[in-house]
Amino acid sequence: MTDAPLTEIPERVKPSSDALLAKPRRGPRDNAQVIRWILLFLGGVLMVMPIAYMISTSLKWPHEVYNVNLIPDEPTLENYTYVLEDGRFYNWFWNSLIIATLTTISNLFFDSLVGYTLCKFRFPGRTLVFIAILSTLMIPTEMLVIPWYLMSQQFGWLDSYWGIMFPGLMTAFGVFLMKQFFESVPDDFLEAARIDGLNEFQIWWEVAMPLVRPALAALAIFVFLGNWTAFLWPLIVTNSVEMYTLPVGLSGFGDEADVAWELIMTGAAISTIPTLIVFLIFQRFIIRGVVMAGLKG
Amino acid sequence: MAELALRSLTKAYGQTEVLHGIDLEVADGEFVVLVGPSGCGKSTTLRLIAGLEDTTSGAIEIGGRDVARLEPAARDIAMVFQNYAIYPHMTVRKNIGFGLRASKLPRADKKERIAEVAEILGMTPLLDRKPSQLSGGQRQRVAIGRAMVRDPAVFLFDEPLSNLDAQLRTQMRLEIKKLHQRVGTTIVFVTHDQVEAMTLADRIVIMKDGHIRQVGTPSEVYRNPADTFVARFIGAPSMNLIEGRADGARVALASGGEIALARGGGDVLLGVRPDDLHPVEGPALIEGRVTVQEPLGPETLIYVETSAGEVIAKADGRVPPAVGSTVRLGAAPEDIHLFDRQSGLALA
Repeated sequence: MTDAPLTEIPERVKPSSDALLAKPRRGPRDNAQVIRWILLFLGGVLMVMPIAYMISTSLKWPHEVYNVNLIPDEPTLENYTYVLEDGRFYNWFWNSLIIATLTTISNLFFDSLVGYTLCKFRFPGRTLVFIAILSTLMIPTEMLVIPWYLMSQQFGWLDSYWGIMFPGLMTAFGVFLMKQFFESVPDDFLEAARIDGLNEFQIWWEVAMPLVRPALAALAIFVFLGNWTAFLWPLIVTNSVEMYTLPVGLSGFGDEADVAWELIMTGAAISTIPTLIVFLIFQRFIIRGVVMAGLKG
Repeated sequence: MAELALRSLTKAYGQTEVLHGIDLEVADGEFVVLVGPSGCGKSTTLRLIAGLEDTTSGAIEIGGRDVARLEPAARDIAMVFQNYAIYPHMTVRKNIGFGLRASKLPRADKKERIAEVAEILGMTPLLDRKPSQLSGGQRQRVAIGRAMVRDPAVFLFDEPLSNLDAQLRTQMRLEIKKLHQRVGTTIVFVTHDQVEAMTLADRIVIMKDGHIRQVGTPSEVYRNPADTFVARFIGAPSMNLIEGRADGARVALASGGEIALARGGGDVLLGVRPDDLHPVEGPALIEGRVTVQEPLGPETLIYVETSAGEVIAKADGRVPPAVGSTVRLGAAPEDIHLFDRQSGLALA
């Protein structure tokens, strides 16, 4: 032990003044890091540009829309005033909100219920059922649209919320995702609950579901965003302007002669707000959920 | 509290039978430990008692009632799992209270019961913590608490200490023993650790390949093993087995020595525990060269290479024979066990 104050640096570890003044040498690892940053920056720019142009266009007058300049010459909030004063916008916004919310709730319930069943119960044909569900992922939406339409027509579902929602109330992707996550829930939890007297539905709801919250958050955001931005099917199944969803309604801004891009971009900019809110609420779950989904492969 | 009986219990997965007609009676309030190597059927037996697996045939009686076809919750049992199975999203209070989830007790009584159990386990200050804020031993206590709160007829423990470090395992072992003395509930405890079995059990059930090989008190299975498997499984280090031939008066060892023993006949295995085999000056059972020393403090284990193979003996810790030296080893006749070489069964 020495009596030197604790803050004093022992002589043998003091850096020399030369060492302090010398510039650190750049090695191959540093160069690779710089290249990585450049690539990430370019990727970031690519991702941000459409959003920047959306906001930029929403602040432009109609005659300036086709100028590629990012900063409008004469910025205006006139488009926002126009869109927000147009009663149809609220109607479409509400339609989209109802549809995206109900579809998300439905997916969270049914996808996880089916995923849990396929994961935790042994019954004849289990693998076959799972393969059958997964195989529907290989059928493109364009192929399904006609049967969906004919079905909606026969059941009288055209131009209704139910007609817009029914194809997406449960998804093969969601079932697959939830099944993979339930694999990580140890059977001991379920068996302990079984011994404690819970029935199978209670075990799923009270024990298994809270343990896969990250997956539920990830699924919620995927489904909500998917339905919030859905265009093709709502366009086909709806006839009246009142039943349009936001993407369908916005696409109709303008007249036969021209598309009013500044209004469409304004509506799009406003419509991103709910998705941003959902993301901000769920982001810690979503990021964890996506990472776990990646690990589960 | 209740007695438990297994009668001709079998379990098969497809064509593969893993339990071949188990018969066992556990008295009311008894602490029974099922012990055996991996795959011996001990955990399967416990899961059958719990109702987590269906029996193939046979009966499981708890308090005189056949429960083999009842749901787990209807059997009046509680189980503590190897990895605790306490719910990470619930506080300690909720975890312990979860055992009463299906109970019809009034809410106030449930609260009282949770508080009582938490008090017994010393968990009262931790009731509002989540499992992630607890140590391994505390988590195990929560798991025990969740089982205790239901006041079941039978407690089932499935290797509950195997995830704990050595020091904590010893401490929890003691706590479980004290807990049993306090509550007096019938306990069936599964472990692969023979030290755990010896220290906890009123009676030990030693299993192998889906059969019960011996049931007895710790002292019985140690002192009078029923066969060579039990002899080698119980006790550490394992019992030495030396080939020999008995004629009813003496046993001639294949390695050359002989000993007067008026037991058995024909080809035998002579068993002697390292604890009972010591260096001697006079007539010896066997002799050989010391290859390894393992000092244990007051005593030293010595590994001796003999013409019958390696044997382990115990020497005085102060002056153990040096590595490389030749030692003569002997044992008292009452400490020598004889087994039939063909069947492995003990010879009286």
